[in-house]
Amino acid sequence: MSTETAEVKEEVKKSSEALFSKRRKRIVSDPLNEDNPITVQVLGICSALAITIKMEPTLVMSIAVIAVIVFSNLIISLIRGLIPGRVRIIVQLAIIATLVTLVSEVLKAYYFDMYKVLGAFVGLIITNCIVMGRLEAFAMANKPYDSILDGLGSGFGYAWIILVVAFFRELFGSGSIMNFKVFEAIGWESFPTNGLMVDSIGAFMVLGILIWVQRSRTGYVEH
Amino acid sequence: MQRSNTYIILFSVALTIVLGGLLSLASVGLKPAQQKQVELDTKKKILGAVMDISGYEDPNKILSLYDERVESVVVDINGDEVTTDEKGNPVVAEKVNIQKNYRFDASERLYPVFKFKNDPSSDQIDAYIFPMFGAGLWDWISGYVALENDLNTVKGVAFDHKQETPGLGARITSEEVKSRFVGKEIYEGSELVSVSMVKGEGNSDLTDHQVDGMSGATLTGKGLNDMLENYLGYYQSYINKVKSGNGKVALN
Repeated sequence: MSTETAEVKEEVKKSSEALFSKRRKRIVSDPLNEDNPITVQVLGICSALAITIKMEPTLVMSIAVIAVIVFSNLIISLIRGLIPGRVRIIVQLAIIATLVTLVSEVLKAYYFDMYKVLGAFVGLIITNCIVMGRLEAFAMANKPYDSILDGLGSGFGYAWIILVVAFFRELFGSGSIMNFKVFEAIGWESFPTNGLMVDSIGAFMVLGILIWVQRSRTGYVEH
Repeated sequence: MQRSNTYIILFSVALTIVLGGLLSLASVGLKPAQQKQVELDTKKKILGAVMDISGYEDPNKILSLYDERVESVVVDINGDEVTTDEKGNPVVAEKVNIQKNYRFDASERLYPVFKFKNDPSSDQIDAYIFPMFGAGLWDWISGYVALENDLNTVKGVAFDHKQETPGLGARITSEEVKSRFVGKEIYEGSELVSVSMVKGEGNSDLTDHQVDGMSGATLTGKGLNDMLENYLGYYQSYINKVKSGNGKVALN
């Protein structure tokens, strides 16, 4: 009898796993640091280089990527039982492409100045390996709610890295933060801006340093 | 799990229809807002060539300001007004796509001209704004050049580019570089010489037809010079026509 009650207990526990159980917290927090898509998995580098010259477009790009990852994860997870295995990649692509086009159209309609800056790069979210990577590795095999959490984790993991890169590139490359001229504000009018920072090379350097700092802290080694 | 071919085909068709429908809905639903944005962007650029519009945040204010102050006309290479296209549809200057026209031969393109008035109630035209298009270093560059009503002195310019290098060629959009063009002259006597950007930065003894260059962006500067020279040339017949007609207006 005692075994029976134990079994029942376990079942109840399973179906009502806490909204933010330890496992779920890890789904969100892992990609932020130890399993970061950019610095550890080294995915999505192209957009990290291209759009991090200034912080404002970077912020818009982050929001766009987070939205696309979360919703594509959710949709794929919802229909994961229906997707035929042989065409799953093309199904994933079609869904990502649709979401990206929607984001791009909305930007064009309501945020035109940003659309002009980001135009091509928003379209390139389709090829951002992070998005497809998450669909294939996680959403195809997990429940919708977990998939949303996973999307949020990976999205924010991507976002905070490119925002940090953009912060340093804009600060040293243009002498400003969010288009606010910091150095002029503190009375250093002749601050020498660094041309290297507005070039992609600057992004490589900042990103390289970030990866170094992060890996030496987490002790991650590539095998 | 292996599924039958029929299932796969049906699934693909259904997915395509759903996603396609979603995209068409979004496209149709967002079209008016997008068109308004494109229109606003064009009008902002036109106004930006002659005046400081940074104080106007409200899109509707910019549009009404534009309606008050700007008249437009479309001309061909001979300076004759064009009112309908070959299909008989009316031609609107604001809707003429300079980039598309750039693909045609210079003699077949449409050339919009925007006439700016300081005082909305008078007939006096205070500036003529000419859109242009050309090649920068990496991709296209475009611009709006405003001339004073003597059709010789540059009143202001506004440039745009697709992907010139930030901090180098992309500086053509900065206020500092644009202001270098103000007050320069495009005619030497009666001969069109255009305005050109010289090599290097910090040059002194610039003539009325030269502006200081951008260090590290000589090739973008060259593209800019070509664009200015070409398009001022294309607009020359129109400029001459206005000039010969202008004498009477000035006498009144």
